[in-house]
Amino acid sequence: MNDVPIYLDNNATTACDPAVVSAMLPFFTEQFGNPSSMHSFGNKVGFALKEARAKVQALLGAEHDSEIVFTSCGTESDSTAILSALRAQPERNQIITTAVEHPAILTLCEYLEKEGYAITRLGVDKRGRLDMNEYKAALGPRTAIVSAMWANNESGTIFPVEQMAELAHAAGAQFHTDAVQAVGKIAIDLKKTKIDMVSLSGHKLHAPKGVGVLYLRRGTRYRPLLRGGHQERGRRAGTENAASIVGLGVACEQALQHMVYENTEVKRLRDKLEAGILAAVPRCFPTGDVMNRLPNTSNIAFEFIEGEAILLLLNKAGIAASSGSACTSGSLEPSHVMRAMGIPYTAAHGTTRFSLSRYNTEAEMDRVIAAVPPIIAQLRKLSPYWGEIGPTEHPEEAFAPAYA
Amino acid sequence: MWDYSEKVREHFFNPRNAGLLDGANGIGDVGSIKCGDALRLMLKVDPDSEKIVDASFQTFGCGSAIASSSALTEIVKGMTLDEALKVSNQDIADYLDGLPPEKMHCSVMGREALQAAVANYRGEAWKDDHEEGALICKCFAIDAVLIEEVVRANSLTTVEQVAHFTKAGGGCASCHEGIEEILARVSKEACTAPTAATKPLPPATPAAAPKLTNFQRIRKIEETVEAIRPMLQRDHGDIEIVEIDGKNIYVNLKGACVGCMMEAATLNGIQTKLVEALGEFVRLLPAAMLGKAH
Ligand SMILES: Cc1ncc(COP(=O)(O)O)c(C=O)c1O
Repeated sequence: MNDVPIYLDNNATTACDPAVVSAMLPFFTEQFGNPSSMHSFGNKVGFALKEARAKVQALLGAEHDSEIVFTSCGTESDSTAILSALRAQPERNQIITTAVEHPAILTLCEYLEKEGYAITRLGVDKRGRLDMNEYKAALGPRTAIVSAMWANNESGTIFPVEQMAELAHAAGAQFHTDAVQAVGKIAIDLKKTKIDMVSLSGHKLHAPKGVGVLYLRRGTRYRPLLRGGHQERGRRAGTENAASIVGLGVACEQALQHMVYENTEVKRLRDKLEAGILAAVPRCFPTGDVMNRLPNTSNIAFEFIEGEAILLLLNKAGIAASSGSACTSGSLEPSHVMRAMGIPYTAAHGTTRFSLSRYNTEAEMDRVIAAVPPIIAQLRKLSPYWGEIGPTEHPEEAFAPAYA
Repeated sequence: MWDYSEKVREHFFNPRNAGLLDGANGIGDVGSIKCGDALRLMLKVDPDSEKIVDASFQTFGCGSAIASSSALTEIVKGMTLDEALKVSNQDIADYLDGLPPEKMHCSVMGREALQAAVANYRGEAWKDDHEEGALICKCFAIDAVLIEEVVRANSLTTVEQVAHFTKAGGGCASCHEGIEEILARVSKEACTAPTAATKPLPPATPAAAPKLTNFQRIRKIEETVEAIRPMLQRDHGDIEIVEIDGKNIYVNLKGACVGCMMEAATLNGIQTKLVEALGEFVRLLPAAMLGKAH
């Protein structure tokens, strides 16, 4: 058996593209200038940033390159967007978001709730979809900002953000989307939308960690999070992370070139992997909106076993994935995304996310399809909810421990 | 990724005694599917000797839950029931060369399963033990008795530790006050330092106390504090006199005493002793207040 590890955790982070790395290297050595400086050292770096900005602009389909603001990560972009909307519109005090956002949004909203802001968290159905009527009803004259992710990091489910942005605008509210998982995986053309602000993060699309972007539509009322120098036109002070920004530019260029590949070949491999596992393993199902999700993501719930145990055995077989179980995160309940979809606890703890990239191969999928069924069977043999050949009759009644 | 010991990994990858046990006559089911661990411990007990001749488990849970279950069965095999009941969660963790703090609850679950299985063998209702306790943590259905037991056995002092060991307080956080009350209660009884009576006695104003010289007075204060130090040291704390300024005696509490929930009570208790010894009213103040009080 081939034991080169297989990386299927690209929604957590990606490997830097070799072209990205080689484009970055000079900016650690001879190209060390400060882009703000009035000499040739700085000037060259300034020019490289301009080029990178244009490449990000192209991937996002932004109308102007000045709409691209470089930040330090996706989380910073998210915080900047929401706090800006509140400060720029003090007469509005409501934030509408969804129950399945990344903690970068949810934790901030919890904090703002304590500060006195009104937070509306839209629920999702069993397949992770929003109820647009619930959304319309929540919008009002006090809504400062709507923040809904473009694609979910756990299930890959895509939200109708273009339509949601139109509705937000009709209510006079700003619209932000956390597109950290969507950028580079699905085609985006911001100039055709009413979306005001977009967050992206370099390390999800083969650029390095610690660089992000806030797209800020021209004309959007804005207040910076970091004040200081005039970098990024005063919208994000702090000397630019030049090497990473250059790397992000190259990554965006590559993502655009591979967009068709991502949505045909990567998608085919994902579908093959998912179908292979579903066919070989009893009592498991894909979570999220399978007909409307990222091309690279498959999140499968394996019933009656726990995700961390699955990951440990997968890791031993040289396969890297992730899980929505409580234990993997050190938190005590399974993922908020799985709970929001109403996935029963007997399955939520066993959700396992396989997320691919353009670097994955057909042979790898074959190896994973072969490796998964015995791992699941091995753990089910240990499970009190599982009998000789399948779940015990009424598993939750047959095994009803004290405390349950 | 968790920093699991070799032993934990080994017991996870090659669990001992997994699966159903033929002829089991003591079965303990504990845990909850909601929080992601559940354990069924099966014991085969020889009725004459009350010896555990065989044990097995089935576990729904993470790597450390499975390893803890496996360790538990290995530990108890060959023990009598009374010996087995003495196995603590720490014994299980030690057997595995330790567990990450966030995973200590896996060992607690093991110990509970053992108690439940023994109770089941003896035809006792193990649950009864627990109905006495008020439900503290609603997210994970953990009651006061269990929290108090675990706090005492592991000398826990913070809500965070309680959450790691029992899961209580790890969900909605609405029970943190309740957990703090339990911690304060246990900490008070564990603290061997003198503490003031609930109603502090009015400072004695002894009529005929012989007047001490300044030197004698300082010596007396020192002697009194010296006599108390061993008690604090037993709790891994200490005290040092920094300054004596008229009625005000400034001290530093050190080691475990710092930030101990009993800090104020400890100071009160020592102050009472000093008042008795000196026959005059004095105030014991933390050194941080030097120059602030008058
Ligand atoms: C949807 C989503 N938003 C935000 C983030 C945070 O991005 P960063 O790690 O760059 O702060 C992530 C990455 O984990 C994500 O998946």
